[in-house]
Amino acid sequence: MSKKDLGLLLLILVVGAVVALINPRFLLPINLANTSNLIGLFGMLAIGQAFVIITGGIELSVGSLVALFGVLFVDFVATRGMAWTVAVPLILVFGAVLGLVHGWLITRMKLQPFVVTLCGLLIYRGVARFYTADGTAGFAFGQSFPTLEFLTAGRSWGVPNSFIALIIIAAIMWVVLHRSVFGRYLYAIGKNEEAAKYSGIRTDRVVMAAYVICGVLTAISAIYFAMYTRSISPASHGNFYELYAIAAAVLGGFSLRGGEGSLIGAVLGTVLLQELQNLVNLLGIPSSLNFAVMGGVILIGVLADQQWSVFKTRRVITVAARRNTVGAAAE
Amino acid sequence: MPVAPLPATESGNYASMRGRAMELPDQVSDAVAAPTFLSLQNVRKTYPGVTALDGFSMEVGAGEVIGLVGENGAGKSTLMKILGGVIAPDSGAIAIDDVSHERLTVETSIGAGIAFVHQELNLFDNLDVAANIFLGREPLKAGFLKLVDRDRLRNQVEPLLKRIGANFSPDAPVADLSLAQQQMVEIAKALSIDARLVILDEPTSSLPLAETEKLLDVIASLKASGIAVIFISHRLHEIERAADRVVALRDGALAGTLSKAEITHDRMVKLMIGRALKARTQTPGRTPGKVALAVDGLRTAAHPDRQLRIDVRYGEILGLAGLVGSGRTELARVLYGIDRSYGGGVSLDGEPLMLGSAADAVKKGIFLVPEDRKLTGVLLDLPITENISLPNLRGHSHRYFVSASMEAATAERQKADLAIKAPSVQTRTGTLSGGNQQKVVLAKWLAMKPKVIILDEPTRGIDIGAKAEIYALMGALADAGVAVLMISSDMEEVIGASDRIAVMHEGRISGILEKDQFNQENVLLLAVGKTLGERGAPDRSVS
Repeated sequence: MSKKDLGLLLLILVVGAVVALINPRFLLPINLANTSNLIGLFGMLAIGQAFVIITGGIELSVGSLVALFGVLFVDFVATRGMAWTVAVPLILVFGAVLGLVHGWLITRMKLQPFVVTLCGLLIYRGVARFYTADGTAGFAFGQSFPTLEFLTAGRSWGVPNSFIALIIIAAIMWVVLHRSVFGRYLYAIGKNEEAAKYSGIRTDRVVMAAYVICGVLTAISAIYFAMYTRSISPASHGNFYELYAIAAAVLGGFSLRGGEGSLIGAVLGTVLLQELQNLVNLLGIPSSLNFAVMGGVILIGVLADQQWSVFKTRRVITVAARRNTVGAAAE
Repeated sequence: MPVAPLPATESGNYASMRGRAMELPDQVSDAVAAPTFLSLQNVRKTYPGVTALDGFSMEVGAGEVIGLVGENGAGKSTLMKILGGVIAPDSGAIAIDDVSHERLTVETSIGAGIAFVHQELNLFDNLDVAANIFLGREPLKAGFLKLVDRDRLRNQVEPLLKRIGANFSPDAPVADLSLAQQQMVEIAKALSIDARLVILDEPTSSLPLAETEKLLDVIASLKASGIAVIFISHRLHEIERAADRVVALRDGALAGTLSKAEITHDRMVKLMIGRALKARTQTPGRTPGKVALAVDGLRTAAHPDRQLRIDVRYGEILGLAGLVGSGRTELARVLYGIDRSYGGGVSLDGEPLMLGSAADAVKKGIFLVPEDRKLTGVLLDLPITENISLPNLRGHSHRYFVSASMEAATAERQKADLAIKAPSVQTRTGTLSGGNQQKVVLAKWLAMKPKVIILDEPTRGIDIGAKAEIYALMGALADAGVAVLMISSDMEEVIGASDRIAVMHEGRISGILEKDQFNQENVLLLAVGKTLGERGAPDRSVS
């Protein structure tokens, strides 16, 4: 764990302790379970987003995809009677294909990630609403899929399975990002795509793969969200979720310029965001202030981080100047 | 700030690599007829470990054109920084109009009318000429809104342009102007603040020859209106034509001055390097092997209508000379798979070479050391280890997982082999000197098996010591049978390091020189598109 991650963890623990002191219900198993369920759902989105952000890109269509995939999944399973064992892989393939399309438009057609995924945000929301004729997609009364429900909304030893799923996904993606050849390519491209290309990396393919990963993780998360809410009104379901994901990644130390950030950071960022939401509820802060609290904390966090690195650079320069090294001549 | 006062950090090394100056037979004092505008007495500037200026003195008369010559690292950049007021000398006196200053500040320098025109221009190419010249000092209309008074602006700019014989309008967008015209805009900018000394820092290094003529005319017109000019250039024949007096710097000290009548190419070289240039020792030529890369009728983005034909053989260093814009870098980019060709073919070992990306080229054993080291050569934020392993990460991993110990082992070996000076292999590459960064680029390719290695301006911005090491590395590669293609604009480098020289002119090979034909004149003739038979100084015949 990097220093940044440890700092974030410390912040989470301190905030948790304060909230628990003021309102002991914070530590009730039911509250912790609910919160960790949400952490599981949003954490998957944040990890997907992180893979895109590390290449210097951004994925804005996440929220609309959650709505579209949710609507499709519920429709397949509840209305069309498709076996969920078929529907789940199908939705994941959709996620991969849309991610590939985004990546293709960005790398081969040279469009900006912001523009491509902003169009995605609008298109998928529109398609989702059209698909249900703006109605609500949901399971009929009495419909039940025990295995699917256990895997998505169930609990094992009191821990929500969505949270366990996040832990498994995070562990796999940690290895991919921090230990694999592919992960190294992602960081290299984020730092300097041209130099990476000149070093013989197929940068286009790597970037496309990042969007595919984001699409697939979004699809998984969308299924979890669908099974969690069990009814989806496509006009509002998943609104702003892309921003939660981006916020979590940024809190976790990812730079929107690319090339920086750790997977643990993205997960911890999600934890902190959900903790803040929980705090708003438990401390009796008007829930209308929810976004304001989140925005304020992110701003302070990023500001503190920035000032800290400025301080560190200054100190390095001062130390170098004091040593009065030959470095000055190479200026 | 109306005029950019910062002198260029030209290659930025102040090291005096050689020992002290030798005998100076050409030291001739020169009576300055015009009133002295600027005088420097015994100026010293040291950096930790290096003496950049060692008791340097010079005088500049009003309306005098001074050619300032000296090798890289002779102290020219330091001198310019002192004149621009960016740095203060350790000791010595500076006098402007007989008023003496301990040091100049940026404000006093501008106030005294010292203006710089840098090799890299500081223009906004999204604005028009007039807006650039008066940026930040626009004449305003009366009234609350402070609108720019376009008519007055135009009226002020027009005479300035006329004075230097510019043939473009004040409304022309800077983006539409040629390089020489853009330099004229910079000079007009200098005139607009009543400059009395204009310092031109390598103004012709990226100009086509015809445009160079124009610039020399402008210098003459500046002189005619009583403005002094310091003209820094590595192109000695231009100095020969433009300068009233030559001041030569060597190892931070005045190596000598030449009056108008004494200025010759050979004398300048002698002052710059402290000895006459020896007839180049002909190193025994390598015996090249089979043809590695055969370029046949290739057309590139630079000149899609011209066809390129050239063979690069194993075990030789083929120097590729030519003027800026002749299409050398574009050729390298096509050979390395970065750009697509516009037709024609390339073959490697007789097999047609189809490259879709740099990754394909790397797979075939064709490597590129690119021109822009910081942008495309290395990842400045990554440690040396990760830069070296990047192109061959699969070779440094167990299955899909990168092995830090394998990376470190390779990096350690390369660091020792190439004598990369760094505290450790984990050092961030961006903190290294230019020469050592370039060695990291080489190290990453040498760690793999190069068949063909293309070096684009391999020693640009690198100090003399590291240059020699890079030449030695190139030589060792060729000796080991690698095909080396070296693109270079440095005439001495091309002549000194190559086994054969191919010269490019406007998208085609205008000639190939064998070792016994190597000399500057031959290279220049071919570079301007003539054949070896045609004699006469090439710079004068083209305009």
